[in-house]
Amino acid sequence: MTARDELPVQGEHQTLSRGHVGRADPRPNAKRLLQGRGVYIDDLRLPRLAHVVFVRSPHAHARIVSIDSSRARRSPGIIAVFDGPAIAQVCKPWVGVLGHLKGIRSPTQYPLAMERACWQGEPVVAIVGETRAEAEDARDLVEIQWEPLPVLVDMEAALAGLPVLHPELGDNICFERTVDTGDIDAIFAAADLVVEETFHFGRHTGVCPEGRAILADYNPAEHSLTVHHATQAPHMIHDILARHLDIPEANVRVICHDVGGAYGIKVHVYPDEMCTAAVSMLVRRPVKFQADRMESFVSDIHAREHKATVRLAATRDGRILGFDLRDLTAIGPYSVYPRTSGIEGNQVVNLTGGPYRHSHYRARMHAVFTNKNVTCQYRAVGHPIAVAITEGIVDLAAQRLSIDPVEFRRRNLIPDDAYPYAFPSGIRFEKLSHHQCLDKLLELMDYEALRADQARARERGCYRGIGLAAMIEVTNPSAAFYGVGGARISSQDGATLRLEPTGALTVLCSVTEQGQGTETVFAQIAADTVGVSMDKVRVITGDTATTPYGGGTWGSRGAGIGGEAVLQSGRALRANILDAAAAILACDRATLDVADDAVIDRLTLRSLLTLAELGRSCYYRPDTLPAGFQSELMVTRHYVPRDYAFAFTNGIQASWVEVDIDTGFVKLLGHWCVEDCGTVINPLLVDEQLRGGVVQGLGAALFEECRYDQEGQMLNAQLGDYLVPMAGEMPDIVCGHVQTPTRTSELGAKGAGEAGTAGAPAAVMNAINDALAPLAARVTVQPFTPERILAALGRV
Amino acid sequence: MPLPEAEICLTVNGQVVRKRVEPRQHLVDFLREALDLTGSHLGCEHGVCGACTVRVDGRIVRGCLMLAVQADGRSVETIEGVSDSGELADLQHAFHQRNALQCGFCTPGMLLCAGELLATSPSATREEIREHISGNYCRCTGYQAIVDAIETTLASRRATAGASEA
Repeated sequence: MTARDELPVQGEHQTLSRGHVGRADPRPNAKRLLQGRGVYIDDLRLPRLAHVVFVRSPHAHARIVSIDSSRARRSPGIIAVFDGPAIAQVCKPWVGVLGHLKGIRSPTQYPLAMERACWQGEPVVAIVGETRAEAEDARDLVEIQWEPLPVLVDMEAALAGLPVLHPELGDNICFERTVDTGDIDAIFAAADLVVEETFHFGRHTGVCPEGRAILADYNPAEHSLTVHHATQAPHMIHDILARHLDIPEANVRVICHDVGGAYGIKVHVYPDEMCTAAVSMLVRRPVKFQADRMESFVSDIHAREHKATVRLAATRDGRILGFDLRDLTAIGPYSVYPRTSGIEGNQVVNLTGGPYRHSHYRARMHAVFTNKNVTCQYRAVGHPIAVAITEGIVDLAAQRLSIDPVEFRRRNLIPDDAYPYAFPSGIRFEKLSHHQCLDKLLELMDYEALRADQARARERGCYRGIGLAAMIEVTNPSAAFYGVGGARISSQDGATLRLEPTGALTVLCSVTEQGQGTETVFAQIAADTVGVSMDKVRVITGDTATTPYGGGTWGSRGAGIGGEAVLQSGRALRANILDAAAAILACDRATLDVADDAVIDRLTLRSLLTLAELGRSCYYRPDTLPAGFQSELMVTRHYVPRDYAFAFTNGIQASWVEVDIDTGFVKLLGHWCVEDCGTVINPLLVDEQLRGGVVQGLGAALFEECRYDQEGQMLNAQLGDYLVPMAGEMPDIVCGHVQTPTRTSELGAKGAGEAGTAGAPAAVMNAINDALAPLAARVTVQPFTPERILAALGRV
Repeated sequence: MPLPEAEICLTVNGQVVRKRVEPRQHLVDFLREALDLTGSHLGCEHGVCGACTVRVDGRIVRGCLMLAVQADGRSVETIEGVSDSGELADLQHAFHQRNALQCGFCTPGMLLCAGELLATSPSATREEIREHISGNYCRCTGYQAIVDAIETTLASRRATAGASEA
């Protein structure tokens, strides 16, 4: 061992690694899942467990005239039936606004609809039964008289206030944001080239394999509430349950077990879940709610319903001067609590034009209320929109100037030596690597060979296309994301490390696991920083009664923020181990180090004392240690990014497609993704994060859309009708990495979980349009269904 | 209103089980609720996602599209039984090594589906693997690692079979 282990890990020629960080270790916690021995909420068995189901509004907008639940109450196995006012007695309502989103507004929202329902799927009545089947039987017996109200589904009509959905607000604008760096009209008027395009993005949703689920267990004797919850943010939920149900914070506990997919869907407060906790208090029993697939489609948050018109001005030689954006998005009848539904549009404004040097930017965005299901933050929040409109308009400009799309990007991507760099709109980048990533991508995909293949294919009437999508991504968010706006959402995370008497290491971390591999990377970091082997490390997450306080898993923050907390905690524990070893061995601490589960001599590398022996002495025979020495073999450290609001990452993707111009079908021939997420802790896991993300983006580009009719009825609210990507349609995806560690932490890791989803739709869109270019056809409406492609070709 | 319960007798993971069930109860609900075999999951309850895949008389079925009463007199195998028998241990190992799962919710169904391919198509190509598992929805992995793991297992089984024949 050398002194380098005491130095910041990312100094020149430094790495953290003693072998674990950077290694493709499989996930120890995946073994139970492979035997069907995981525990999801619906797998829990508690004594006296009751089941709650919901009557949901069949109307997109209607007044509740009366509710008759007398027959339901008399149905076998029914424990209780509650309506909105009954639940409001124990659960305070909420308003989904934040202080830093200036001017954002939303009406008060209750767990169950009070006087009217504002979207099809809004929960109205809760039925509690001994079994789920009995509760569902009784659901059919609840009689509700409805008075239908005018339904608002169109974004433009909503913006025009026709009609106003919440009269107390005066109009339908939830949130608007404007950015203007000045002089844009003059710049565009004088530019050699101005291109303009309008892009439409269909609503889609996360479709978690496991529906949302919560099991609330109220104990009236203690006035305490234990909640088993499929959530990404247990401490946030803990705080909200305590405040809205008026239970002391110390009497609440939130436990996450295995979570069957989350992707941002499970980080919000849902009315039916709050209602379930309230019901547990009212019936004084544990109560479970497990969303089924059909109610998931009309009650899980949706995302991405946008119409964006973008203009780009450039010089004749292909230098981008500025972007001009007008974005309209519909968020449903309420802004979702507590993160609000303003963030996605806000991100579109922040990120459009993001990879490119430019001096002028103007953006205007409106988020409006409609009578569809609510929208909120789903994986990659705003990025897929911003990347698609940026990359779409960039390709159009390149085409108009007859410049190859690669060359056009080379001329405009922010140079790799230009950092730190700031946009006129105020966004600051620590260090990005656009050009390195582009070079790597071209090498991986063999760009020239694909162009040659494309030309040959065209000669035989086969239309293939290449699409590129460069991107920037918000990761490792600081308090600037939510905390400054008044949200009680922690941007700080903590890790506790405890050396056990056997030399094993227990890690407790506030970041949670939904399968990404957070527990595994924490074990790798802990093993390296303390000096133990991986098999000695056990990681515990997802329990507000035992873990340090923190934000959980969202915003591509788990590895970068939680990982740094583990690293700092590991360093501190190692120092304490050396203190104890020096006391036991009666030698100079500076001569000692920890490696391979033992205290070693720094010079000879000889093992002097195993950690098991050290643990035995400290815990069981402290009487043998020098008087006055107290070992501290459990430490906690926290971390929050402070230097930058976000650790921006960058990356680039490429798609290679074939379009059948007779059927409109798109065949994905290949996909490449190069990403710079800083330090790669585990290449196996990060590549699967990228691939999984890419496939979610491919779904958005080609298949997925929550389709609504003019009455606000979702037309495809079941998995048989809502298309998701399946194995047969998906290509192999080649991943590559450039590593530019952030210097805001010692670990140097930035986020990677959302990159794939952010860039894939733009790459596919550009590839389809490249394929169709000889036919003078373009598509700009996602998803790019066969019908839309044939329409663009003038064939339908 | 539910019909009167019916008595069924079937074999589940090699053990004879006699239970009274509601005629409307699906096989997967019976396995989960009556037998606490929670490894089979409910993903969509209308036959699309494949998370509830189990084996009945050796063939994979969707546990949400079959009634428990239809399993009367038959042999049902779930992920718990198949794991204990070690029959898919090589596939499970390959899934683990390749990280062919994230949240794990689809995994039991995916393993049983892939297990059928291993048994019936030892020379399946990558494209045939993708086709075979196209009725099983995974939202986390993007499928590639799953395809890799199945491909690896097919190859190692072929190698083992070749060695034993030689």
